Amino acid sequence: MRVRAQALAAPAAPALAAPAAPALAAPAALVLLLCCWPAWGASPVDVHEFPDVRTEARFRALIAEFRCPKCLNTNLAGSDAPIAQDLRAAVHRLVVREGFSDAQVRDYLQARYGDFVLYDPPLKAATLLLWGGPLLFVLAGLGLIAWRLRHQRSAQLSNADQARLAKILDEA
Amino acid sequence: MNRAGLFAPLAVFALILAIGYFGFQLEDPHRLPSALIGKPFPDFAAERLDGEGGDLVRRADLLGSPALVNVWATWCPTCKAEHDELLRIRAAMAATSAPMRIIGVNYKDDPAKARRWLIDYGDPYDFNLVDADGALGVELGVYGAPETFLLNAQGDVVFKQVGAIDRRIWQQEIAPRLAGMGMPVTGAQARGDAG
Repeated sequence: MRVRAQALAAPAAPALAAPAAPALAAPAALVLLLCCWPAWGASPVDVHEFPDVRTEARFRALIAEFRCPKCLNTNLAGSDAPIAQDLRAAVHRLVVREGFSDAQVRDYLQARYGDFVLYDPPLKAATLLLWGGPLLFVLAGLGLIAWRLRHQRSAQLSNADQARLAKILDEA
Repeated sequence: MNRAGLFAPLAVFALILAIGYFGFQLEDPHRLPSALIGKPFPDFAAERLDGEGGDLVRRADLLGSPALVNVWATWCPTCKAEHDELLRIRAAMAATSAPMRIIGVNYKDDPAKARRWLIDYGDPYDFNLVDADGALGVELGVYGAPETFLLNAQGDVVFKQVGAIDRRIWQQEIAPRLAGMGMPVTGAQARGDAG
């Protein structure tokens, strides 16, 4: 953050020092501002410390895995909602200080925030349609194909119709 | 293909439209069903906002009578909106012999501001817990304020409201449950007339 602030302050200084060139300074500042744009869009930065790289990798994988309870389609890693920050801090505490396994962290969050935070919901009565839905569509598709095949066979023209068709085509 | 068959795609389209129309108003997708319903209120240790009592408040201190645990903050506009209803419930409870307690959890807030708020707007709480960093909130599965838990005398969560407590929530959700716990809620109180 401090680096960014300095970068922004830099173009302002010459503008003050040389009042003859404000017309140039403003666009320059704008260009510099636009250069910083991607940095602002980046995901929120927390300061977390890790004893080793492996633990950090586990932490990153875990926060990428859970859904932020406040935002419908963002994971914990990508959200800057305050609750996501708190949950990232909680996951960090569990992983680094309390030595939880990945499964224990999952249980911890699920016990408090329910299936909502899992992007991979467990199979149970309430999620039966979710898991069985695709199978239902496949069955419906197979049924449709079977129906079409039978329908096509019955749609073959009878001899009388064939003769009529030939006559119509002749006339045309 | 017969003529009726031509309308099949239209029928399918109408079906999809209908499923979408009803499906999207089924429930607010922002509303999480609480994982705590029917489970014991989690164990915790927290300071009191008023600094009284000396020791930390623990789960055991919430037991013995039904309790409404209300998570609030001064930065939360909806908390202001529900404040009057909490005061009204408080007044209604004062008339009963075995009242439900109302316990506040001051969530990620400035304690000085919170104390000021209670002086300015009235204090419906028996006492308030301080959850400055939101750690107790995580234990409770809180993801915003206000959230309110109704506990029975054994400390189990029987109901949770995400968002403001209002007259309708009191009448339809809280008062019937209190009556179910054997709380002396009169008809007038249940309707919200008293107080």
